[in-house]
Amino acid sequence: MAASRRINVDLALVAAALILTVFGLAIVFSAGQTDFRTPATGAWKAQLAWAGVGIVAAFGVSRASVRLIEWLTVPVYVLTLLLLAALLVGLGSGAGTATSTSGWLTIAGHRLGQPAELAKLTVVLMLARVLAQNRTAPKSMLELWKPLLVAGAPLLLIMAQGDLGTSIVFVGIFFAMLFWAGVPWQLLILLASPVVSLILGFDSRIWGAWFLLLLALVLWYKPYLGEGLFVVAANVMMGIVGPILWEHMKPYRQNRLRVFLDPSIDARGSGYHVIQSQIAIGSGGWFGRGYLNGPQKRLAFLPEQYTDFIFAVVGEELGFIGVMIAIALFLFLFLRVIRISERANDSFSSLVAFGLLASWFTHVLENVGMTLNLMPITGIPLPFFSYGGSFMLACWLAIGILARISSEGRGGVGGPLKV
Amino acid sequence: MSFHPNDIVRRGRAASVIVCGVLVFLLSAFFRAQVLKNQQYVLQSEENRLRQIPTAAPRGAILDRNNKPIAENVVGYSVALLAQSEDTLRATLTRLRGTIQLSNKQFEDAVRRFRRDRTRPTVIVQDASFDVVSVLEEHRMEFPSLIIQSAPKRIYPDGQAVGAFVGYISEISEGELANLSSAGYKAGQLVGKQGLEKQYEKELRGREGVQFVEVDARNRIVLNGRARQDVTPQEGPPLYTNIDLDLQEFIHTMFADTIAAAAVAMVPQTGEVLALYSSPAIDPNRFVGGVPASYYDSLNNDPRTPLYNKALQATQPPGSTFKLATAVMALQDSLIDFNTHMPQACNGYYYFGNRTWHCWQKSGHGNLALAGAIAQSCDVYFYQLGQRLTLSRLIAGGIELGFDKRSGIDLPEENRPHYPTSIEYFNQKYGPRGWTAGSTELNLAIGQGENSQTVVNMARFYSALATDGNAPTPMIKRGAPKKSHTIHLAPEQLAELRKAMMGVVAAGGTAAGAAIKGVQVAGKTGTAQTMRFDKNGKPLYWAWFAGMAPAEDPKIVVVVMVPNVTFEGSTSARFATQIIQHYLHAQIANTIENTG
Repeated sequence: MAASRRINVDLALVAAALILTVFGLAIVFSAGQTDFRTPATGAWKAQLAWAGVGIVAAFGVSRASVRLIEWLTVPVYVLTLLLLAALLVGLGSGAGTATSTSGWLTIAGHRLGQPAELAKLTVVLMLARVLAQNRTAPKSMLELWKPLLVAGAPLLLIMAQGDLGTSIVFVGIFFAMLFWAGVPWQLLILLASPVVSLILGFDSRIWGAWFLLLLALVLWYKPYLGEGLFVVAANVMMGIVGPILWEHMKPYRQNRLRVFLDPSIDARGSGYHVIQSQIAIGSGGWFGRGYLNGPQKRLAFLPEQYTDFIFAVVGEELGFIGVMIAIALFLFLFLRVIRISERANDSFSSLVAFGLLASWFTHVLENVGMTLNLMPITGIPLPFFSYGGSFMLACWLAIGILARISSEGRGGVGGPLKV
Repeated sequence: MSFHPNDIVRRGRAASVIVCGVLVFLLSAFFRAQVLKNQQYVLQSEENRLRQIPTAAPRGAILDRNNKPIAENVVGYSVALLAQSEDTLRATLTRLRGTIQLSNKQFEDAVRRFRRDRTRPTVIVQDASFDVVSVLEEHRMEFPSLIIQSAPKRIYPDGQAVGAFVGYISEISEGELANLSSAGYKAGQLVGKQGLEKQYEKELRGREGVQFVEVDARNRIVLNGRARQDVTPQEGPPLYTNIDLDLQEFIHTMFADTIAAAAVAMVPQTGEVLALYSSPAIDPNRFVGGVPASYYDSLNNDPRTPLYNKALQATQPPGSTFKLATAVMALQDSLIDFNTHMPQACNGYYYFGNRTWHCWQKSGHGNLALAGAIAQSCDVYFYQLGQRLTLSRLIAGGIELGFDKRSGIDLPEENRPHYPTSIEYFNQKYGPRGWTAGSTELNLAIGQGENSQTVVNMARFYSALATDGNAPTPMIKRGAPKKSHTIHLAPEQLAELRKAMMGVVAAGGTAAGAAIKGVQVAGKTGTAQTMRFDKNGKPLYWAWFAGMAPAEDPKIVVVVMVPNVTFEGSTSARFATQIIQHYLHAQIANTIENTG
């Protein structure tokens, strides 16, 4: 299938992405306007450059047929795994809220990028490729060994860097794509149940209640005997292992989880970020303190104001109105991508589109939720907003792919504009 | 995968519902934080960024009777620091030492202040010199948590001349804070420590203002003063006093810090204190904000005890100045009149109780009436008068005349004089057989023995003598006079007493040499034995003079006391009459100026 040089551009998609990027750039610029210099001061220039690179790259990708992308999937996925492995053998270094991790590919002291950002994209492609091969949706766990391996390998490599937050994104992508591939929700719950047991393991009564619910589900769904036994056994084990794992967790991570329940227990330490973020957002009111004028940001009370906590700047300076606009833009983008998934020409394209949606959605939910302490603090950036070249590039590459899928899809989305 | 269009649409709808649901949930959380709890977070944000910097209020000026300043404020600078923790404070102070001089004491004082009140900026230099301020301004960028404020600085333009009564101000102590915190005092503020500054502290203090500065997360000052509407400090109201600064300066020049001495000058009719001086003088300016150790040591080691207020704190036997009190008691009881002679004429001594009681004039005074006995201060006359009064009457009379109480002057330092309050006092002190009423009568009658008075209390008594028998409470603050009728004698009798005292400063009197031209002075010398001797073996005295002028209608009462000297009351009289002369001349000059 020859790639056509001209495509029908999904104007709504590109417009939403462009508006989000401009919005994000404006906030990165504002984040740099502080009374005393911070690393954020000149960050907007680099961010602008990366946005430019991303848009050009997106344009390039949109010229490539989905088949080409599908063909490239396996080598790119293998390359991703190699890069992630390279980080573990001494080429990685940390940054931002996650200085203790080693997510940056660093050669001779130069930071080249974060392979994890690339992995988010390639895992989506690879999962789509694997899941698209099935004629019917997997009905048992044994049939899911391939997708589990595809998502699990990079997840483990990233967790090994010490970056728990980013690995959550892979979990989100994995489950969302299985759902889109038609895996029954009961099976998804059984699959997720050991992790739930791990979390609920700290309280035996809550865990007991969960375990009874799970047993009921097993009896109703009636999976293979071995599978059912495996799920039950895994849950029991996680319920026991959970507290032990907690004991062996790094103190900073323990604190993050403890502080999640009550930030004031360590208001000057690990609770500081989220308390200041809440103050910044809460003090914004309906209309905000005014663009560039947020005192929490300006006076450096708000930490990581241009990366992980950039949404707090939106809340402080533009108020609830600004937050509504930002959320509405994301909602528009998400619904648009769901529509692209629905109308995609083939199951690979459809799965890729939905996987990209899942990736962004997990980012937005975690990042925005974290600013109000609805989610524990992780170093997950906000798409199109947070300062960071790799991520900006990855987001626009995704837009490029989505634009291509959209133009190849049914129903003439975005109008007949030829570019 | 299951790719039937119907399945896709169903899953797409489910996905859309989930996405919408989650984002609406997020929005509702933002609505709760930003709209419903907005006030709470705005407050927290303001608490984060705004620091209240107290701005000291200028204290009220202290003015003399001609409204010349005794205490006033000039522009000074204070240097303070906003510290987050003791560690950062110490670190910044250590860095500051590279820029300005900080003594170890200043260093530790700053740490102590920080511990006492962390919410207020920690004062490092209370009164910074212009040099220090300009150096710090140059290095402002290196010390962004530094607050350089203009702070009113207390000065006493006449320094030493007013040191005896004005007091000084300094940082509030722990004890004072405990007493005054209910009145709104806070750690680090300056309060009056002595004298008028302490007495009228609550009136003089102004109302502290507040300056809002904006700080960043590391307490670095971003916006100085415009962060929010400042509350301007309010200056305290001036304190109007009766002090005559010109006279006060004259007394200061007269004593010139060469001897230890005390002087009090009053308007007898009203109790207005014209001057109050204790020599050697202290300079209150050097006490402001903490006295330098070297200065304090030099005062403390001076044998003339400049730190001891000789007009208010020191009590000593009044000597012959008390003879007027003995005379008043006898006249009140009609035991004598002005022409009464005593049974035994004075030939220099008096026999009583197997002992010879000397008159100060060894050659004797001969046979004197009361007026002559006062003029020549005849001890033998007053020994006999004391016996005629009896001890219980001497005690009761002294109490009636106020010799056992403070004068009530509006200064916190005044000590209570010592005067026996009953015969029981002697029994307790010496045992019933350890003393005799007879010799005690003799001693008390001439102002010796168990009687020791402050200079200011003697001035109060002589004010009553100078007028109609009303003793005014000495007042430094201007206001309605307070009097109590203590001498119950007819005006003619009081006039007679003054006439007798004129004899003291006239030819043949004990202070004849102190007479001044043009003004008739009335008064009484006093020479009380200290029982100490100088290095040549000469006895040392408390040399008193209490006087008034013009004698016919006194406008001023002056009491001078010089402790531990070999000369006698007549020399003190010379100091006193100079004070009188200066005051009355200035009065005349003023009158001419005002009328002509």
